[in-house]
Amino acid sequence: MGTTRTMEILVGAFMALGFVALFFLAMRVSNLSAAGAGDGYALIARFDNVGSLKVRAPVSMAGVRLGRVESIGFDAQTYQAVVTLRIEPAYDQIPTDTFANIYTAGLLGEQYVALDPGGSPDYLTNGDQIEHTQSALVLERMIGQFLFNQAQEGAQ
Amino acid sequence: MVMEALARLGRSGLAALAGVGRAHMLLAAAIAGLPELLPRPRLLLAQIYNIGVLSVLIIAVSGLFVGMVLGLQGYYVLNQFGAAESLGVMVAASLVRELGPVVTALLVAGRAGSALTAEIGLMKATEQLSALEMMAVNPVRRVLTPRFFGGCLAMPLLAAMFSALGVLGGWFVGVGLLGVDDGAFWSQMQAKLDFRGDVVNGVIKSLVFGVVVTWIALFQGYDATPTAAGVSRATTRSVVHAALAVLGLDFILTALMFGD
Amino acid sequence: MGNGVPDHPATTASSPEPPAAATAGGAEPLVRVRGLHFSRGDTVVFDGVDMDIPRGAVTAIMGPSGTGKTTLLKLISGQLRPQAGSIEVDGLDVHRLGLQDLYRLRTRMGMLFQSGALLDDLTVFENVAFPLREHGRLPPSLLRRLVLMKLQAVGLRGAADLLPAQLSGGMARRAALARAIALDPMMVMYDEPFTGQDPISMGVLVSLVHQLNDAGGLSSIIVSHDVPETLGIADHVYVIASGRILCSGPPAAVSTHADPRVRQFLDGAPDGPVHFHYPAAPLAEELLAVGRRRRW
Repeated sequence: MGTTRTMEILVGAFMALGFVALFFLAMRVSNLSAAGAGDGYALIARFDNVGSLKVRAPVSMAGVRLGRVESIGFDAQTYQAVVTLRIEPAYDQIPTDTFANIYTAGLLGEQYVALDPGGSPDYLTNGDQIEHTQSALVLERMIGQFLFNQAQEGAQ
Repeated sequence: MVMEALARLGRSGLAALAGVGRAHMLLAAAIAGLPELLPRPRLLLAQIYNIGVLSVLIIAVSGLFVGMVLGLQGYYVLNQFGAAESLGVMVAASLVRELGPVVTALLVAGRAGSALTAEIGLMKATEQLSALEMMAVNPVRRVLTPRFFGGCLAMPLLAAMFSALGVLGGWFVGVGLLGVDDGAFWSQMQAKLDFRGDVVNGVIKSLVFGVVVTWIALFQGYDATPTAAGVSRATTRSVVHAALAVLGLDFILTALMFGD
Repeated sequence: MGNGVPDHPATTASSPEPPAAATAGGAEPLVRVRGLHFSRGDTVVFDGVDMDIPRGAVTAIMGPSGTGKTTLLKLISGQLRPQAGSIEVDGLDVHRLGLQDLYRLRTRMGMLFQSGALLDDLTVFENVAFPLREHGRLPPSLLRRLVLMKLQAVGLRGAADLLPAQLSGGMARRAALARAIALDPMMVMYDEPFTGQDPISMGVLVSLVHQLNDAGGLSSIIVSHDVPETLGIADHVYVIASGRILCSGPPAAVSTHADPRVRQFLDGAPDGPVHFHYPAAPLAEELLAVGRRRRW
């Protein structure tokens, strides 16, 4: 009976160790508390150009992450990109006239959606659309514009 | 000549198909034994011990060293771009998403899968399975079912241990030896790794691998020719098939899970 | 399990119940085989076999190796399925039973495997206790007593705590016999019980089979090619070869049977109707033949 007991203890220790490892992966390696895709509410924003914005990119306001990009679609009527933002339920006081921008984190970093709050007393709720958007900056277009301006200044 | 070759090709194709069919029937039969297993957890416990506990040492040591190597290599590459702080992300992402589940599955296939195949094959060769049958005990439910569920349960836990120890190994090399900033190592990792997208998907992967590796091992043992040569061939086949299945499935799962 | 009747392998016609001749009426036979056809791949193992195995007697099925004697036991126990024909055990058609009923029938059958087939991660005691644990909820004290009694019957009570790997071949077979009778079956099938045993364990096994059959009141089927031992304890003998029954009857009748194939088998003549040589082309031809070189 002694060997059975040892085996039971070892299996118990094994299971415990396995779950400790899982817990470690959940809390320390990833950020479980900041997870929660599927929770919260969805907002829709239409952009003329999303650049290289990816699904699951962060959505932030004042540099704090409020949610993630849930999906990116294309509207064949308006030729615009339709981006669904999943905002965590704690942040339910986003004004209706908020401005959505696509910015790049660092020079080569990934793109994210930054929200600039407006002043409206009404708040956005699930399924609402953010009216004011600014597209992603495309490097070639920026350089093109810069050269064009330079040339104009030179001509004057 | 051509007809003969064609006929042979057809025969081996049919034989392979029949094998696939038998394997699925065996899987169904083994899963159907679950209700009989539940009131007797000790049988399951013994198999978690055989497959899980006895594999902990090799999994722990391998995980630690794989993580350390990742830390070293990652540091050299990332440092060239001045992005050494991303070391944590690189180590953790590659472990949690890929290396943890895959390497664990390969190690378990070699360490426990081959043992399962040999055990079942020998039980068949020494008529122990027949004897069970004659004692009115269903050998699939009595012998295969606990091993199957033991393997399915042990694999994700082993993979989690592998990944966790790997991250610690990478941290030890990166932060401890090469001087990457401790805070940046962890915070970047946490910012970039998603619980549901990365950790849960890794666990799902290892669960799938657990099913496949144990299934292949049990089937090869149960289907072995009951001779010494037959069992040794089955053991080899068990490891080879399990390794190929794990790598192939990993590609499919990765494409499904991490594609944008 | 009382003490056995003193056995005397030399005489056989003195068993309490006279063995029913294969076709004679009277008591319903325990096992009734009709028109059995079984083939494995292209090899025909049984080609129309009819057989009646009486109750309460020792029936021997003899024949050279490779004639499918073990296969016959597997067919009777429902582990294999014949291509045609039927096998009834105690009035039940084995191959028409559902899995549940088949298993219920098997609890009434014991089988002694050639290798013993003990579960090698369990001790002798646990092996004998195994069928009892699987099929009943006995209180531990009663279970212990039952197992010890079965082990006592085969003379292995002292070896209860050994593992199968620590047993000699003869002891393993006796332990397996204790397991086969653990559920007090109505019949025991012995697969080559005497093969590869030294004279002492052979004698022990012969007397055990005899004892169990007479004192335990069960029916025995022995599959064997050990002629003197089997003829010594059998009440009824079938000799099979190449898929058919060559002859059947009480041992005395069989041992004086005139058929040359039966004679060759019983007398152990190296050559006869069954040839010493595996079928091949004439030796001279093959030695002189060119070709069959190793190629690689």
